[in-house]
Amino acid sequence: MPDLVWFLIRRLFAALLVMLALSLAVYLIFYAIPADPAHLACGKPCTPDRLEQARHFMQLDQSTLQQYLNFLKGIVAGRTFGEGAAAVHCDAPCFGYSFPLARPVTTLIMDRLPVTASIALGAAVLWLLIGVSLGVIAALNRGRILDRLAVGVALIGVSTPSFLLGLLAILVFGFWLNMVPVNGYVPFTESPVDWAWHLVTPWIVLAILQAASYIRLTRSQMLEELNLDYITTARAKGAGEARVVLTHGLRGVLVPVITLFGLDLGSLLGGAILIEKVFSMQGLGDLLISAVGQLDVAVVVGVTLFSAFLIILANLVVDLVHGVLDPRVSHG
Amino acid sequence: MSSSVAGTVSPTRQAMRRLRRDRSARVGLVVVVLLIVIAAAAPLLVRLAGQDATTYHIDLLDPARGNAPRGPVGGASGTHWFGVEPLTGRDLFAIVVLGLRTSLFIAVVVTLITTVVGTLAGISAAYFGGWYDAVLSRLLDFLFGFPQLVFMIALGIVVPAGFPRWLLLILVLSFFGWAGLARLIRNQARSLVAREFVEAARSVGSSGWMVITRELLPNLLGPVLVIATLAIPGYIGAEAALSFLGVGVPPPTPSLGRSISDSIAWVYTGADPWFLLFPGAMLFFAVLGFTLLGDGVRDAFDVRLRRTN
Repeated sequence: MPDLVWFLIRRLFAALLVMLALSLAVYLIFYAIPADPAHLACGKPCTPDRLEQARHFMQLDQSTLQQYLNFLKGIVAGRTFGEGAAAVHCDAPCFGYSFPLARPVTTLIMDRLPVTASIALGAAVLWLLIGVSLGVIAALNRGRILDRLAVGVALIGVSTPSFLLGLLAILVFGFWLNMVPVNGYVPFTESPVDWAWHLVTPWIVLAILQAASYIRLTRSQMLEELNLDYITTARAKGAGEARVVLTHGLRGVLVPVITLFGLDLGSLLGGAILIEKVFSMQGLGDLLISAVGQLDVAVVVGVTLFSAFLIILANLVVDLVHGVLDPRVSHG
Repeated sequence: MSSSVAGTVSPTRQAMRRLRRDRSARVGLVVVVLLIVIAAAAPLLVRLAGQDATTYHIDLLDPARGNAPRGPVGGASGTHWFGVEPLTGRDLFAIVVLGLRTSLFIAVVVTLITTVVGTLAGISAAYFGGWYDAVLSRLLDFLFGFPQLVFMIALGIVVPAGFPRWLLLILVLSFFGWAGLARLIRNQARSLVAREFVEAARSVGSSGWMVITRELLPNLLGPVLVIATLAIPGYIGAEAALSFLGVGVPPPTPSLGRSISDSIAWVYTGADPWFLLFPGAMLFFAVLGFTLLGDGVRDAFDVRLRRTN
């Protein structure tokens, strides 16, 4: 499929350009911060020459552009601060070095990423399943009780903030019914069962809320699809109703669903950050919020760019799936 | 807007008629009007209750239960209608209605800003087309798919401590909010640009500005109204989310999101679920009311909004 390959190369190139532009913008914005990181690091009493030393060590005495280029180089090849025995090394991909925490930002991110990623991925799988199946059920039972129920769930989902629903779930299922754990994260490698058991409530909460727009979209798309000529043809040729709906109808539904999913990736990350706070799990959001409180610019810039890159890459995957499912996309 | 042709009714009036017949839109409208009145009169209501949002009432707390309020329903009584906050004993009714006021104020201001900016950007992109449209569309796609919440939290570090946080909140929400609006308006306007009356206006030598303000804008008022109404609940939720994360409105200004965040510890232990339920219900009704009204307005104006294209 040469068309698809070209399409992918074009998209990859565009994504790289966006990442470059974005990282430059983020760098310029965040290095205008009023607090001087070297001043925070130099300790008390902070004599002028010690401040100068700290600034040189943290490579803050270079021009902003040079600092930005160092940052980019760090992502590709890693970087080293200072010389000799006191040198601090930050391996590639280096998203900066946090002097207050004395750790490379990449390490900090990798420590926290499993938490946020577990919440986000599980919830995404669940909401796509719930959203599409409820949407199909609603469309097939148009106007009947199941349809009204699905539309009602969708409305409640659209109007409840995720953190509110999360807390209500903790109150009802965690405290009153004492069914599920209310907080804490258990690493997958430690115990897969406990991992899933602690994540079930966050997944369901996030999935129900996001599924709402997928129910609505799938329902209206399915209703439209079932009225098209080729569906009538399939029916006329004697294809069973299940076959008509599942193979022909669903195919038309999947393309807009995937487009919507691509648009929702950013809010998926946002939702996971909110939910991790509700369930007291220390993920990327916790890392970012405490870094803002500590004026740790390196971590703030690192986490922001890392999550932006993640979303851009995920969008690339969505685009590719899109190109495979709908040949018009890769031809255009 | 009366029509000169006998027997026809203007589209706006038709839409209003449809809106009046829509039951869930009517419910939404009642809720919205009620909330706006409560928010506008909040300081008055609080004074009427004889309370304020800052006075501590330690005597109403039970030290044996970790300073949760004494009595059922979070210590609700004739003087403290929604009970008191655990740990401080501040009047919860005052905190909730003043918090609603904060939420609605920020949401409405952000909606006004993003509607004006988004409409202008969307219409101009559709009208001028070409590279301007292409660049703007890419920018919108980019802003739209961006991890906005991450950026909103991160921006907190750049702003000097003396800068008012509510203003920062409005600026940040507006900065990311206009993109979604501009996209929708652009798609709506694109179908208009090719129509005869726009062609006619152009051919008699109207300037671009004239065509945009005199021809396109009046025809887009329906969609703009729909999009703005549907945007408000989103901003109410976003403000609450940021305050929930501790990067929104700072204390002592009451905020629904912050109260909900404060209630986490009391929910985990079940010591005072009412501390969650009162602010939570207020937030839920605010979002639900505007969503119902927005859905109704959309159906009435028969605007098909495509998030995907």
